[in-house]
Amino acid sequence: MELMIYLIVLSLALGGTGLALFLWALRSGQYEDLDGAASRILFDDPVQPAAVTTDTRRTRA
Amino acid sequence: MNQAAVRTDGVCAHCGLPVPEGGRFCCPGCAAACETIERLGLGRYYEQRLLDPAARPPRPESGEMGDVARFVTTDAAGRYSLLLAVDGLQCGACVWLIEQVLAQAPLREGRVNMTTRRLRLVWDGPLDVAMDASARVEALGYRLVPFDVARLAARSDATGRGLMRALAVAGFAAGNVMLLSIGIWIGAGQNMGPGTRDLLHWVSAVIALPAIAYAGQPFFASAFQALRRGHTNMDVPISIGVVLVSAMSLAETIRHGPHTYFDSAVSLVFFLLIGRVLDHRARAQARATAEQLLALQAGAVTVIRPDGMTAVMAAGSVVPGWMVLVGRGERIGVDGVVTQGTGLLDTSLVTGESVPQPSEPGSVVYAGMINLGDAITVRATGTGAGTLLADCVRMIEAAEARRSRYVVLADRMARLYAPVVHGAALLTFGCWMLLAGAGLAESLLAACAVLIITCPCALALAVPAVQMIATGRLLKAGILLKSATALERLAEVDTVVFDKTGTLALPTLAMIETDSVVPADLRLAASLAVTSRHPLARALVAASGPVPVAQGVVEVPGQGLILATPEGEVRLGSRAFAKAAWAGSTDGPELWLSRPGGVPVRFRFGEQLRRDAFAVLRGLEGLRLDLCILSGDREEAVARVAGEVLLPWQGGCTPVEKVRRIEALRDSGRHVLMVGDGINDGPSQASAHVSMSPATAADLSQTVADVVFQGQALAPVLTVLGLARLTRRLMRQNIALAIGYNAVMVPLAMAGLVTPWLAAAAMSASSLLVIANSFRARGEGQGAWS
Repeated sequence: MELMIYLIVLSLALGGTGLALFLWALRSGQYEDLDGAASRILFDDPVQPAAVTTDTRRTRA
Repeated sequence: MNQAAVRTDGVCAHCGLPVPEGGRFCCPGCAAACETIERLGLGRYYEQRLLDPAARPPRPESGEMGDVARFVTTDAAGRYSLLLAVDGLQCGACVWLIEQVLAQAPLREGRVNMTTRRLRLVWDGPLDVAMDASARVEALGYRLVPFDVARLAARSDATGRGLMRALAVAGFAAGNVMLLSIGIWIGAGQNMGPGTRDLLHWVSAVIALPAIAYAGQPFFASAFQALRRGHTNMDVPISIGVVLVSAMSLAETIRHGPHTYFDSAVSLVFFLLIGRVLDHRARAQARATAEQLLALQAGAVTVIRPDGMTAVMAAGSVVPGWMVLVGRGERIGVDGVVTQGTGLLDTSLVTGESVPQPSEPGSVVYAGMINLGDAITVRATGTGAGTLLADCVRMIEAAEARRSRYVVLADRMARLYAPVVHGAALLTFGCWMLLAGAGLAESLLAACAVLIITCPCALALAVPAVQMIATGRLLKAGILLKSATALERLAEVDTVVFDKTGTLALPTLAMIETDSVVPADLRLAASLAVTSRHPLARALVAASGPVPVAQGVVEVPGQGLILATPEGEVRLGSRAFAKAAWAGSTDGPELWLSRPGGVPVRFRFGEQLRRDAFAVLRGLEGLRLDLCILSGDREEAVARVAGEVLLPWQGGCTPVEKVRRIEALRDSGRHVLMVGDGINDGPSQASAHVSMSPATAADLSQTVADVVFQGQALAPVLTVLGLARLTRRLMRQNIALAIGYNAVMVPLAMAGLVTPWLAAAAMSASSLLVIANSFRARGEGQGAWS
């Protein structure tokens, strides 16, 4: 029976972590744009100004 | 450069609009946008995007945002932020493109929300940073309009987030308590010691009670409000059930009883919250889209400052007394009096008249009129008493005050349901106490079991589940349900009253008598007109189809277009401008084309019925609805349209007369749907049972309307009415299912045969059944009216 007490506490702690993470995600606005999130993964990492320099180099060559 | 990826088959490589004769771009703006995109190494945009035919094509247009400063908000850290509505967003690739371009501006954040189609800019330093960034986005072909954050953010966000938080807490508690409960139920058959069982009950109580106290708040608050006003709604039996069940379970836990119902109470709250969250989300999105449409419609106005300089600013920031310049083809942004210039005004959005009205100094004009003539100067007067707009606003307020609060189906059910259920619980208690001679605790337990079983889980889901699915389906079809009760009211409609101008007919002018025009003349005229944004020029281009753009066209503001050719000048514009000697009368807007050595050609413009109007009206008659036209336009014009679509009509109606007609219909027991788009329709829309507006309607009409529909077709009226009836049928089926479930389970509960696991299983099963039935609103009857 002692085992059960540990298990209950453990399961609640795990569930509670999940709940806390969800509330954090909600607070940080991650549920504001579900459509956008769905399509964002289709695009790669940002093309930073580095890409612009590559581009100019290519034009020069 | 990756040119192979860019399509050139007859459409502009950037915006996708038709381009004749193998050109790559339709205009210099598109060419520049494409050049920018490829220079930044973002050419992949063209490969990945999917042009949405319903969205505005991404063709760059010149235009200014006006006075943006008043929309900027400052946060605690001293950063500035600005919310902009984005017009022309096609798909995920657009979001990517805009964010990539903004990544190269000195912004702290530039992020597009695709759900609400809004762009959020956060930056430090001067406003120019944001203006520069937004100019880059506009150069790509998107249109940006600043949003009033303070007005929007306060409302929807707080409720939505509160519901989501409650849902998370309830879900967490429901899962854990249910796990513990399953342990107890299984343990009961395997000689689990009473000590262990009590421990598990206590753990359940510790999880469930705070969770219910927190997550149940939306229901408790609503029930409390209803009771305080002397009403009852569905939240009253829900709240009473949840509170009593929790209290009884706690009491059982304290006195080491064998049964507790914490799992049922928490699951109930969880299930109901799912319904609430989805319902709220669907409607919040519909409302956000409607607000977006309105914001995009509000144009900037050109103000003439006392020193003679002009400044472009938002219409809302114009102070009465200022002078506003309205160019040819522009929409008047403020109410006022004409001080200079004679012109021709398209007043259809205000009075419903389809034939443009002449204006001269001293004429009173209203926001929403379009200046078809030469440039005029307007002195802004604001919405002073005695103007048409002020009258309409007052009439709308009066109509809304007269309209009694609509009691939704669920609440009508609750009024019957609550007394019956609570009566049954009381009866059970009495029978057990007096007839069976059971003890107080045992009798209370039996009564509580009745309350648990009857706790209206399925019944409370019966309506919102269907509504949520229907709202989502309509949203996809470009139909925005703004009011929560609109679907139920639409299902009751038996009479549909249409406005004519802008509703049965398209809101924009179209070329008429096309048969009498020589195609070559039309093509020549269109090649000039392509370069202009004047409404008549646009209608001309629409009539001719894609044509090559004439190079070197000069626009003479307020008069017309000139193209210099080796043979002489080609002119397109007003009669005087084209130097046409025509003695006939002018009975409507017209454009003249003159060219060297030819007789001037006249193009006439008038209103055009929505293409599917006839079929839709017949379809509505098929639903056994009475239809009629109430228009503010002149009798001849109304009679002509009414004859075309075979409807009874009344023309020349003032806003007051329209309201009287609607009220007369209502007093004779009719439920009227009013479809209109003008300021003059606002009051009658407010007094009708339910109302609709096209997205091109005047602000006032859209604000009043319960439903706003987008697009060129009239079909949404039929879609909405058809779906509303299907929705009502499904709601009734759901309620029948819920009542059937109660009829079976309540006798068992009264006999004391319901154990906690049976209660949990029955409640979940009935809820799932109701939700499954609601999903039929998704696809059923697709062919019948879409």
